[in-house]
Parts: sequence; structure tokens; C-alpha cells
Amino acid sequence: MSVGHSDSDDDEGDGTPKGGQGSRVATGQLARARTVLRRVMQNRFAVFGLVVVVALLVTAAFAPWIAPYEPTEQNYDALKEPPSLEHPFGTDTYGRDVFSRVVFGSRYAVFLGVVIVGIEMLIGVSLGLLAGYYGGWTEAGIMRLVDISLSIPAIVLALAIAGMLGGGLFPLIVAVSLVGWRGFARLVRGDVKSVMEEEYIESANAAGLSDFRVITRYVLPNAASSIIVYATLTIPTVILWSAGLSFLGMGVQPPKPEWGAILAAGRGDIDSAWWIATFPGLAIMLTVIGFNGLGDGLRDALDPRQVR
Amino acid sequence: MSLQRTQDAESTDALLAAEEVQKYFPIRSGILKRHTADVKAVDGVSFEIRRGETLGLVGESGCGKSTLGKTMMRLLDPTGGRIYFDGEDITDVSRKRLRQLRRDMQIIFQDPGSSLNPRMNVADLITEPMRSLTDWDKTKRQNRLYELIEEVDLQENHLTRAPHEFSGGQQQRIAIARALSVNPSLIVADEPTSALDVSVQAKILNLMEDLQEKYNLTYLFISHDLSVIKHICDRVAVMYLGELAEVAPADRLFETPKHPYTRALLSGVPRANAERMDDRIILDGSVPSPEDPPSGCRFHTRCQEYIGDVCETSDPELDAVGDGHVCACHHYD
Repeated sequence: MSVGHSDSDDDEGDGTPKGGQGSRVATGQLARARTVLRRVMQNRFAVFGLVVVVALLVTAAFAPWIAPYEPTEQNYDALKEPPSLEHPFGTDTYGRDVFSRVVFGSRYAVFLGVVIVGIEMLIGVSLGLLAGYYGGWTEAGIMRLVDISLSIPAIVLALAIAGMLGGGLFPLIVAVSLVGWRGFARLVRGDVKSVMEEEYIESANAAGLSDFRVITRYVLPNAASSIIVYATLTIPTVILWSAGLSFLGMGVQPPKPEWGAILAAGRGDIDSAWWIATFPGLAIMLTVIGFNGLGDGLRDALDPRQVR
Repeated sequence: MSLQRTQDAESTDALLAAEEVQKYFPIRSGILKRHTADVKAVDGVSFEIRRGETLGLVGESGCGKSTLGKTMMRLLDPTGGRIYFDGEDITDVSRKRLRQLRRDMQIIFQDPGSSLNPRMNVADLITEPMRSLTDWDKTKRQNRLYELIEEVDLQENHLTRAPHEFSGGQQQRIAIARALSVNPSLIVADEPTSALDVSVQAKILNLMEDLQEKYNLTYLFISHDLSVIKHICDRVAVMYLGELAEVAPADRLFETPKHPYTRALLSGVPRANAERMDDRIILDGSVPSPEDPPSGCRFHTRCQEYIGDVCETSDPELDAVGDGHVCACHHYD
């Protein structure tokens, strides 16, 4: 991972030897990435996770080519058909191909996972950094805000926000983001505080660095691996929350092929047509387990001082 | 710039001086975080370091020597007293001026494994102070970088590596190059060899001596290791529980230590001549808490030379007991 390792990325790229410096630095970063990858590869659960996540990304990217039918195409000659060669996951009450809907549903999962975690990171990491770096009243203010917002049950908060803004994609993003940023803020504030105790921060002060430079070159890079790991582990949570809100009718609305929404629609027919709810449920489960495996593997692999 | 000043100035004047410097760390307790007590890490310390000399600061762990070193270069804000650098009172200087001063005073930490940012490579670590503290252009910084790695005996292919890829000795060389990069006149060396293997310690000490000669450096050398202190220091200050017990030229201190605490410390140094180990002075008990130091002379609770009430009621001053030799003990009053 090149995060935090930044020899050549800033203004003047000092610090690289004369002659062929670019390639040498690139080699260094590549070597580091390779080490991380090698470590991930030693962990079976992480490899499984990586495979699932890659499969999910490929499915989302090539959904129109993978899905045999349009996700919203209705076929009244094939209502609630059990899984077959024509319809691998069967069809639903409108004769829509469940496999195609699950395939297109991956796009919602990836999109929501990435966008919401991105927003959560932006808010949570910034506030956590400010709190941990400056301490004192800044920290007290920010952390009390987090505590207050944590005192409201997350599901109630999310439902209230989604309800206020009405159902749909945008309210869903806002609702889930406002629930999740607090975890980042807490994590980052704690990490920053422990980084601030390190001797290299004193060394940075002795070198007369500005706050900005200390934050960007010392604090963030040294807190980065846990942020990356936490983000990876938060994606499945966010996907679960999105599916959950959609399941409750507050998120993505049917007939859009979001996993939670498909699951909700198939719930009533679980006795007569188990496949409608089962396959999107399995997709959610597999995705969540996959991201967790990858996150665990990354956590073990990203420690720069851990030599194996 | 600093070179010229060195030539102009008298060689005996003080580069760094402390006047009754104090550093207290507040203890806050209760839900209101009320300030209930202080850890008096440094409590009224005065001394001078002359240009070009090495002053050793020695004492047990927890006696406040590292805190004093960091306070002297304003990495920590003193609670009281004044600090002078090159004649200038730097106790309350502005942030801007402090940054300028950082060019003249640098620090080497005890454990290079934790004082070097693990996310930066060697070249960045060494050039960083030049970048933030000087207006040198890239070429100048690059030239200086190559000069420095030669100086501290690192190789060009080390430059793109991260600090954890090196041994402790090499890491300390990197830290030395980083401190040296901006041509400081004073270096605070905070136990620079304690984290290293004995075989490596000597090499680092020799390197520091060579560099001192070449760049006319002044060292405040903090250590608990008396043999290291003896090897490298011109003068030695002995610290006990936040105060100085004795200051003397190194050879005098090791030959004729005056303060009972210094004598106890010196008697603990292993010697080749085993017979003389009989006269070891074993101190009773442990160092009292700096939160609530003993009254009067801070050493009286463990002192072999206890002479009565005066030790418990009055705090002895540093008084001259010989040529350039001062000692804070009622025994010599």
C-alpha cells in the first residue's frame, strides 16, 4: 500500500537520489505493495474475501453482459418459477429473473458502499484528526458531539433521517452516512492521540514542521492503515444498513433491483417461492463475509513493522 | 552564519544557559479535572554550556534529565526560570523565532526506532529539517544530503529505504544526519546510545566526537551510563530528583566526587579491579516521588553522610568546592 509512504508525491520530490530516482522510488512502493499482497495471500480467509470482493466488482462493472435479462423485465408466462437453466435463481411474482436482479443489485451495493464510506471517512477522519491533534476544547467539543449522537439508537436515527427526507437513494446515503461517521471519528481520534505520543512527533517539532505538514506526513500516514482496515470493515456494515433500510421501505424503492428491496418483496412468498428472498440474502451475506475477510487480512498485512 | 559567529565570539562564553529552570507536569484528578498536584520533573536547575564543549547530564531514570534536555531546547515549555541561547532569552520567544532557533539547536533521541517516522524514507527524513528550516534550494539540499550520508557512513542505496529496514546503529546514524542537516551549533543528545548494543555504542560515540570536532558542535549529552559520560564529556552535571547535585569537569568528578549521591553512583560503575568493589555504596530504598519530594536536601532520605536537621530543613545551594566544581551538599558548607 502506498498510503502514507510519500517520498515523491509532494512539491519537489526531494529525497530521491540523483539519477533514475523516479524508477527507484516506484520500485520501493511496488515492493511494499507486493509485500502487503503476499501477506494477504498467506491468509486463507483474506484470499477468500479478496476473491469475493473482486467478483463483486467485476459483476457490478459488467452487469449488463452477465445478466441474461433486463432486471425489471416482466414475464407473465413465467411467474414464480423455481430455479432452472433458463432462470438460475428462478423468477419473482412479476416473472422477473431473480439472477439478473441480483446481478444488477451488486451495482447498488458497490455504489452505496463506496460513496457512503467515502462520506463517513471525510467527516469522521477530519473531525477525529482535529480532536486528536489539537486536544483540549476542540477535542471535548467534537467528542461530546459524537457521544450525543451515539446516545440516539442508530436505527432510530437512520429511520428518522430517511423518513424526514422521504424514501430514495439520496436520503438513504445521508441517513447511513450520518450514522457511520462517528465510528471513524472515534477511531481516528484515538489513533491520532496514540501517534501524538510517539517520539517522532517530537522529532517533527524539533524539525520545525508546520501543523499541516505534521498532520499530512506524520499523523495521517501512521494512522492510515487502521483507517483503511476500518473502512474495509465498514463497507459491509454500510451495505447491510442500506439493504436494511431498503428492506424497511425507507431506501431504494422497488422495482429497482436493490438487494434489500428484492428481499423485502420476496419475504411474503418465502413459503411458496423461497428463491426470491434467498438469493439476494445470500448475495448480501457473501459480500459481507468477503469484505470482512479482506479487512482482517489487510489489518494483519498493513503493519509496517511486522516482519514475517 | 553560525560559523562566523563562533569565530567572533569568545570561546569561553555560554552557548546555552539555564537559570532556575522548572518544569512541572500537572496532575489532574476528579471529574472536574482539577489541578491537584504537580510532578516536579525539573525543579530549579541552573547551569551553562560553553561553546564547543560537551556537558554530560547524568542521573537515574526518572530524575528529570530528559525533561530538562527537552525543556532547554523548548520542545517543552518551562514552568519557571529562564533559558538563554547565545545570550538571547528564549524562554518566551514567538513561534516564528523558535523555528529560526531550531536551526541552531537540534536533538537526537534515545530510541531511533521510535524517533524516526516509520512512513518516511531515509532521504526524506534527513532532508526534512533543511526543507522546513532553511531556504536552501533543492540542489543545495541534495548536496548536503550526500555530504551527510558520507559523514555518518550510510550508503546511497539506503536512501529510499524505510527506517525499520535498518539496525539500531544505522538508525541512530540516520537520526544524527537528520539533526546535523541544518548545521546546528547545539545538539541535545538524549541518551543516544542507551538503546544500542555495546559494540555499536562505541562507534556512535566516536562518530559524535568526530562530528563535534569537524563542525565545532556543542553537546548536551544526557545519559545514565557513567562510562559513556566519562568517555565523551568535558564537564558533568549530576541530577537527582529534579535538581542538580554536583557539576564538575569530568576528570575531577570521576577522581574526586564530592556529593554523596555522586559517590554512590560512581561506586556502582563496574571496574576491572575487583578488590575495589568492596567499597560500593548501596543506596537504601528507591527514588522518592517527584510529586512530593523530600523537604530540605532531596537526597537526605538516602544519604550516607546525613549530618542532622539541616539536611531536612534547608535545601543546599550549589557552592564552589574547587576549580569549576560545584556541589549542593551541607557537608561542605
